[in-house]
Amino acid sequence: MLLLLEQCLNGLQYGLLLFLLSAGLTLVFGIMDLVNLAHGSLYMLGAYFAATFCALTGSFVTGAVLALLAMVLLGIALEIVALRRLYGRDHLAQVLGTFGLILFFNELVRLVWGPAGLSLPLPGWLSTHVEIVPGLSYPTYRLTIIGVSLLVAAVLYGLIMRTRLGMLIRAGATNRDMVMALGVDVKRLYTLLFGLGAALAALAGLMQAPILTVQIGMGENILILAFVVIVIGGIGSIRGALLAAILIGVLDTLGRAFLPDILRLILSPTAAATVGRALSSMLIYVVMAAVLILRPEGLFPVARRCA
Amino acid sequence: MKTVALGLAVLLTLVASPLTAQTPVRVGFVGTFSGPTAVIGNDIRDSFELALDHLGRKMGGLPVEVFYEDDQQKPEIGRQKTQKLIESNRVNFLTGYLWSNVLLASLKVAVDSQTFLVSANAGPSQIAGELCSPFFFSTSWQNDQTPQAMGEYLNQRGVKTLFLIGPNYAAGKDMLAGVKLTYKGTVLGEEYTKWPDQLDFSTELSKARAAKPDAIYVFYPGASGVQFLTQYGQAGLKDQIPLYTVFTIDETTLPLQKDLALGVPGAQEWVNDLPVAANVKFVAGYRAKYHRSPSFYGAQAYDAAGLINSAVESVDGDLTKKDAMRAAMRKANYASVRGPYRYGNNHFPIENFYLQETIKRPDGSYGLRTVATILKDSQDSFHDKCPMKW
Repeated sequence: MLLLLEQCLNGLQYGLLLFLLSAGLTLVFGIMDLVNLAHGSLYMLGAYFAATFCALTGSFVTGAVLALLAMVLLGIALEIVALRRLYGRDHLAQVLGTFGLILFFNELVRLVWGPAGLSLPLPGWLSTHVEIVPGLSYPTYRLTIIGVSLLVAAVLYGLIMRTRLGMLIRAGATNRDMVMALGVDVKRLYTLLFGLGAALAALAGLMQAPILTVQIGMGENILILAFVVIVIGGIGSIRGALLAAILIGVLDTLGRAFLPDILRLILSPTAAATVGRALSSMLIYVVMAAVLILRPEGLFPVARRCA
Repeated sequence: MKTVALGLAVLLTLVASPLTAQTPVRVGFVGTFSGPTAVIGNDIRDSFELALDHLGRKMGGLPVEVFYEDDQQKPEIGRQKTQKLIESNRVNFLTGYLWSNVLLASLKVAVDSQTFLVSANAGPSQIAGELCSPFFFSTSWQNDQTPQAMGEYLNQRGVKTLFLIGPNYAAGKDMLAGVKLTYKGTVLGEEYTKWPDQLDFSTELSKARAAKPDAIYVFYPGASGVQFLTQYGQAGLKDQIPLYTVFTIDETTLPLQKDLALGVPGAQEWVNDLPVAANVKFVAGYRAKYHRSPSFYGAQAYDAAGLINSAVESVDGDLTKKDAMRAAMRKANYASVRGPYRYGNNHFPIENFYLQETIKRPDGSYGLRTVATILKDSQDSFHDKCPMKW
């Protein structure tokens, strides 16, 4: 029972991390209509910046805040220099362009930081563990990830649904020309939005960094899952991304934890691990396929422009 | 004027023709030089280059030409690169090979073309047994040997129950099977994680904690070893369940593992402080040239150069005499940095295994040192399945 609870927490933590990554992706894809494959590179750069700034300042929190600010600036610069040119093009051109950016950033990181990867050590007060219920202690840092992600979800929801800026973003997504005609600078709005997306990706990367090492290409595998999340959740929907991410995280973790044990009754341990792992990753895509069949727009579709 | 220039050019070509230049020994070197494990690839390349420096960049009087190829840690790429080295670079020897799955994919190409392949790291059980070949040599170990030594040490420590975690690929399976061969206590559970892309081990660590074993045994090479130790520490398991490892802590991972590696024992066939003359020269030379410490991967690559050199010297540079070169290599007649060893019928070393531990030096840097000898003259357990006799 305790093991099930602990595995659910593992799944929740993994899912919320996926949410941080997919939130930026779904905003950029859903509202700006831009397929950004380089989102994983922003995730990677966030982790590299955080590792560098933490080493320079000696403080985890200061380093993380500096890294986020730097990533907002980098996101804005990237939007102005490169991505702005891709808005009018079809999705294939966007995929090619942003794929090029992945290669560019991977090489850039190799030149600047070297091929070996970095580590981002946690301060003492975060690398402990707390006893949640008797007999179950859980790493403090993983609990922190859960807390920070939920906070970000709440802030984002408030920003998009309750503020003037959020209203403009939603209006810009529904009918860009009309909003421009009303005198709003949509170009600048998109630039800001991309900066926000970059910061969200970077936050996911730097939160993940102390658990994993910071390495080249770290964002590429997880980006596939982020796309699955936004397809299930409904493109452009923050609420959908949150629920879909938690669903995927828990499904993946529980599948990985318990399917091999069940299969071991009939298979050898290595075969059970292979099949169990394959089944649990398949589960995710089965869910995605089911959602696409039953609700092609995702679980929480966003009102689209009625052109 | 034009004619003169042309004449000079013709003359120059004649001077530079093979009449004066010797045919070099061509060596193909397959390692991982990109991605998260590139640090290991760099270590074996640097060590191989150092070995060539120490040999005066000649083998048996011939110059040496090395072609380095990146396998990206992928079996299919490793196989392609091996094929390319054989067919377009026409190499006389292949070496490197960090990963068992890459080596397994590449072996057939090398054997079919009768090119000697000296593995500087990977030692899958299949190649020690039914797939053994007269064209394959190892300067490392068969995968199961190091975990067998660790299993023996677990017995010595009186560990009653054990939980095993490792990656689900050729070497991971060998490394977990190996410890089970010698460990006499009860194995409470074994977990295999997806390789190489699973980096979050929370699920497996939770299961290990729930099983309440006396100790956890893991095999996580390269960057994954850093991640495993980090998460093991964060989960608070360091104070609860002791950890025993193979190939998880070495000089390439220590700069990132730091304090987490303290108190975690490992088994290895080579440690940097082994009192062997060749080893003292290797370690000092490496530190002087690269300003860091060599790893066991590097030591094995250094030995691979020594073994290849012994083959070329035995035939005075006549690289067509493959039978004579094989006979020479079987003697392991070179100054190995681990000290003298013998070859079994399957061309895997019969060698000692040591217990090593992490030390923190007064200047704050980390290193490894030998604690004890666990096994003397250990031979792998698959040599019976190899039909080769000599």
